[in-house]
Amino acid sequence: MIINHPLLGPRDSQEFVYLGDAALIHRPDGMADGSLDKFIDYAYLRDNPAGEHRELWYHEQGDRSWLVVTRNTVTHEITAVELARDVARREGRSK
Amino acid sequence: MKAQSFRLRPILTQDGTWEYHMRYSGFRVIAEALTGHKGWKPAWRDAAPQAAYDYIIVGGGGHGLATAYYLAKEFKQARIAVVEKGWIGGGNVGRNTTIVRSNYLLDGNQPFYEFSMKLWEGLEQDFNYNAMVSQRGIINLFHTDGQRDAYTRRGNAMIMHGADAELLNKEQVRKMYPYLNFDNARFPIKGALMQRRGGTVRHDAVAWGYARGADQRGVDIIQNCEVLGMRIENGRVLGVETSRGFIGAKKVGVAVAGSSSKVMAGAGMRLPMESHVLQAFVSEGLKPLIDGVMTYGAGHFYVSQSDKAGLVVGGDIDGYNTYAQRGNLPVVEDVAEGGMSLMPMIGRARLLRMWGGIMDMSMDGSPIIDKTHIAGLYFNGGWCYGGFKATPASGFVFAHLLAKDTPHSTATAYRFDRFAKGLMIDEKGQGAQPNLH
Ligand SMILES: Cc1cc2nc3c(=O)[nH]c(=O)nc-3n(C[C@H](O)[C@H](O)[C@H](O)COP(=O)(O)OP(=O)(O)OC[C@H]3O[C@@H](n4cnc5c(N)ncnc54)[C@H](O)[C@@H]3O)c2cc1C
Repeated sequence: MIINHPLLGPRDSQEFVYLGDAALIHRPDGMADGSLDKFIDYAYLRDNPAGEHRELWYHEQGDRSWLVVTRNTVTHEITAVELARDVARREGRSK
Repeated sequence: MKAQSFRLRPILTQDGTWEYHMRYSGFRVIAEALTGHKGWKPAWRDAAPQAAYDYIIVGGGGHGLATAYYLAKEFKQARIAVVEKGWIGGGNVGRNTTIVRSNYLLDGNQPFYEFSMKLWEGLEQDFNYNAMVSQRGIINLFHTDGQRDAYTRRGNAMIMHGADAELLNKEQVRKMYPYLNFDNARFPIKGALMQRRGGTVRHDAVAWGYARGADQRGVDIIQNCEVLGMRIENGRVLGVETSRGFIGAKKVGVAVAGSSSKVMAGAGMRLPMESHVLQAFVSEGLKPLIDGVMTYGAGHFYVSQSDKAGLVVGGDIDGYNTYAQRGNLPVVEDVAEGGMSLMPMIGRARLLRMWGGIMDMSMDGSPIIDKTHIAGLYFNGGWCYGGFKATPASGFVFAHLLAKDTPHSTATAYRFDRFAKGLMIDEKGQGAQPNLH
């Protein structure tokens, strides 16, 4: 698979390390009520869909950036690649 | 509703033909040879769905078929159906590299896998089918002192749970397989952990043997029937919605391997699981080379030789979520490199075929066999890349759970809530990262 890195262009997926569902960006607030259950869900449960999947890839053998790759788990087609930083900002994770 | 039939033995009917459910034996082979092989019948009926059953098993892989078989045979239950979206044996049970072993370390696992090994040892007599159970021995090579210590510990754990294990030194391994790359500068072979009772089993025959045995005991095996959803009312399952209509059931047991998350989403559940692809490869036929099973300790590579003489090899999962039953080239290269560094002589052998199967990779690398919070709905999955060896025990303990509503003594740790309680069964110690197990 070729991942079209937003800064570096097309790169072989072998340069990356795969982490999993991009929902992992949304780490629960450990101080909030009910955080224990939220952390159990966060750490262990996954949607694991057949079809479109947003997932985190780390460019370990490149610029060390985290990416959010939108990929179809049935066809392996990649339709979007963004810097995880941009996604996290947009989704209100960091300022 | 049709009466259940329990015809088990061959019956020579008055018009001189054999009754449908025949028992296989040497005598039958000779008798058929003398009568032009006209008496062989299909090994199981191609059943159409009835309106309702007591038990519906979703998934006609090894685990689903074994579950139905033991439900009928050991737990004397009736009105059972196996519902399979394609054809039985088309999933991982027909795609694996056929290795069986009981060489686990942890308490939650080893008694279960040893139970499975014992069932393998009596399976062919039990279901009257030649599954080519071959206890040809498995060795796990080690290359460092640290690995030797780890395998010594594992071997001791196996022995303490009643399994067999032996630690081989370098010369003992050399005697078995003189052509290995013993003096590799970086990964010299220092010895191996051996389980002589481990080996291989003809994977398709396992599916067929269980299917035939279940069918003989009245189980309906319904192929080309995909479960699309569950009908659940007031917290109780009423049956399954399928591509061939609604089928009612008192109890539904799901055993769909790589499709676990998809099917359980139909009951509104999210699982501690990701689906990943594992590939396998077969070489052209070679002269007898490897009479057992071997795993490399310094790379992802394992190998055995099939009875048709091809080398059956495999390695690591591809490592990303997928439902495509095919992998990518980096793993092909990685497996080939592993093979070359272990036994350089295979460099001139050509690979004939490669394929992939979808693994239900759980968060701790171990399976789940448990009730759900929905009454009447039971789940069996999370087998990762190692569920073939588990097939007989998985079927047996799942049938136990379905029939008695309590877990079998060897499967008490395979619970859904072990993640919340911190009771993970993590053989590799990798944490909640499915692609590392
Ligand atoms: C390449 C490879 C090598 C392997 N090597 C080994 C090995 O050497 N040793 C070992 O122990 N294990 C091995 N495994 C793992 C082992 O094959 C699996 O863990 C095991 O087969 C899974 O259980 P099963 O047989 O029931 O799965 P499957 O045969 O996959 O059965 C699941 C069935 O469910 C059906 N299904 C799915 N969705 C639906 C639906 N909605 N409705 C109805 N039916 C549905 C599927 O069509 C399928 O037939 C390997 C796997 C692969 C892919």
